[in-house]
Amino acid sequence: MNTSPHLLDEALGLMPGISNGGALSQGCIVLIEDSVETSGAFILHYIVKRALSLDSSGIVLFLALAHPFSHYERILRKLGCNLSVHREQKRFHLFDILQLEFPCESKKDSVEQGLVELYSKIQSAVEVISSRDHSRAHISILIDDLSILEIAAHGSMDHVLNFLHYCVTLTSEQNCSLVILNHEDIYPDIEGRRLLSHLVYLADFIIKAEPLATGIAADVHGQLTVLKKGTSNNGHYSADKASNFHFQVKEHGVDLFFPGSRC
Amino acid sequence: MAATRATRPSSFSRNPSTSAAPSIPLPGVKLGPGNAAFVSSGIPDLDRILGGGFLLGSLVMVMEDAEAPHHLLLLRNFMAQGVVHRQPLLFASPSEEPRAFLGTLPTPIAASKEERPRVPGPNQEGKEQGLRIAWQYKKYFGEQPASQPQYKDVKQEFSNTFDLRKSIERHMLSSQNIDCVSIEKISDLAPLRERCSSFLSKLNGDNSSIGLAGRIAIQSLCAPQCGFSDWDMVSFVRSLRAMLRSSRAVGIITFPSSILPHSFSKRWQHLADTLLSVKAIPDDDKDLAKLLTGYQDMVGLLHVHKVAQISSQVPVILEANTFSLKLHRRRSLILEKLNQAPVEGSSGTSYGTAGPCTASFKGSSIDF
Repeated sequence: MNTSPHLLDEALGLMPGISNGGALSQGCIVLIEDSVETSGAFILHYIVKRALSLDSSGIVLFLALAHPFSHYERILRKLGCNLSVHREQKRFHLFDILQLEFPCESKKDSVEQGLVELYSKIQSAVEVISSRDHSRAHISILIDDLSILEIAAHGSMDHVLNFLHYCVTLTSEQNCSLVILNHEDIYPDIEGRRLLSHLVYLADFIIKAEPLATGIAADVHGQLTVLKKGTSNNGHYSADKASNFHFQVKEHGVDLFFPGSRC
Repeated sequence: MAATRATRPSSFSRNPSTSAAPSIPLPGVKLGPGNAAFVSSGIPDLDRILGGGFLLGSLVMVMEDAEAPHHLLLLRNFMAQGVVHRQPLLFASPSEEPRAFLGTLPTPIAASKEERPRVPGPNQEGKEQGLRIAWQYKKYFGEQPASQPQYKDVKQEFSNTFDLRKSIERHMLSSQNIDCVSIEKISDLAPLRERCSSFLSKLNGDNSSIGLAGRIAIQSLCAPQCGFSDWDMVSFVRSLRAMLRSSRAVGIITFPSSILPHSFSKRWQHLADTLLSVKAIPDDDKDLAKLLTGYQDMVGLLHVHKVAQISSQVPVILEANTFSLKLHRRRSLILEKLNQAPVEGSSGTSYGTAGPCTASFKGSSIDF
């Protein structure tokens, strides 16, 4: 009996039976951190699959900076989710910005302009969706991955941060969820960590995929740490909750298990 | 016997040609499961390790060792393989005259000449059996062209072995679609980006002609003699990767990672689909000689960090990630798994020896 997907569902609050089904709770911000040795892309794929599952009315807006649509389609098909069909049914929207370039007539301005344009595309897409019949649809915005947006912006951290903050406003105003994949090992020193610390501050969930301390193994691909930030709503305070799992990525999904519980 | 019904359909039906794959195989391209298409790296061992070769549409990056030119061995084999298969090649390097590098490309060794003692097994017996059967019927077929022209023999193999001692013949280079770019002393990467872009768009060919698989090789992209800014370079790598994704080509970039600031080096590593690194082996390292068998023959070490995967989220886990670079019979490059030398019997129990081995391993210069 495959109980492992439930571990990630439980950690992220994706329990079935809640009104939004398999989607993240509204207004939720998830940060996925990974490294060269261990890629965290499988978490993104999992979240897309859950958001588009039949028992939820979720809609996914995907900012693809790293791979084209065909790549995700092939992978999600093995996970049991047909992206082409969802795209036709307007449940899955992919912005293919692999070749996103900001023409550099006057570099600074053009980066800002470009990011403003990108944001307005996302915002209008969100507005179109929420003004449609199924206004109860829960929108998840996924970014794969943020470090490439930094490269496209030629390193101007301020503009990327602005863009990020605007996307965060969508979570509060339109109740979207935001999921961002970023590479944690790119920011080693204090100077460069500004973007990462903003992300960590804003996120409600921080999922970190790391290699095992003991090195590479065929049946355990790495360890996953899920941190759920504590909330204080109306004086009701809940503490941070951290979970640690080992995982093995498979074609049809990911196996999560508590460290040491794999025979 | 009753006459058979003339219109009875045969129970055998011809397989329709595979839908996704191109109906005409491109020269020098091997098709794999899913939508994977591979070209050879020019080193048969490396193709095997990587599960077929270099994926078309992927970006391979090689982290150089600043003290040794082993990455040039990989580049030479890669480019020579492209020449043998007549695949268009774009080569960029930070030297004044990149064309000169072409003169150092190795020549392919014909398979018939090369004995294969290193890969024994059922192939040999099967071949011999096949030969035995064929021999009986040979008298009916007349004389088969026993010696095919060496060049043709070589061309039909997916992956050739190259003789690094001999240069490739001039005529193979001159009739070939090779474009060279120098990236020395130019301050902007836009021209190189333009060249890559036009090179890749030419590969697709017209509707009527068969497109070709292409190769882009860029040597030492972040070398000090190029005056590019960090953000310009990583931006170029990113756009090359995006261009390759939608094309029928493989790009290989070598770069001395020690020269880049740490965070940029990591960014480059993240952008790579396949990531390799080469490292020199110090001569006369007594600790290493004790630790590894065949240390004297080793030219360097190759470490596989990442292997490209399309249509799958499962990471490729190899049995071993570090291989030794050796010259087989002093002419062709082979990769071998590292073997720990047998421990001397006099030095105590097995538990006792396991400790010192790992300790000295950590202390040695191998540290990926």
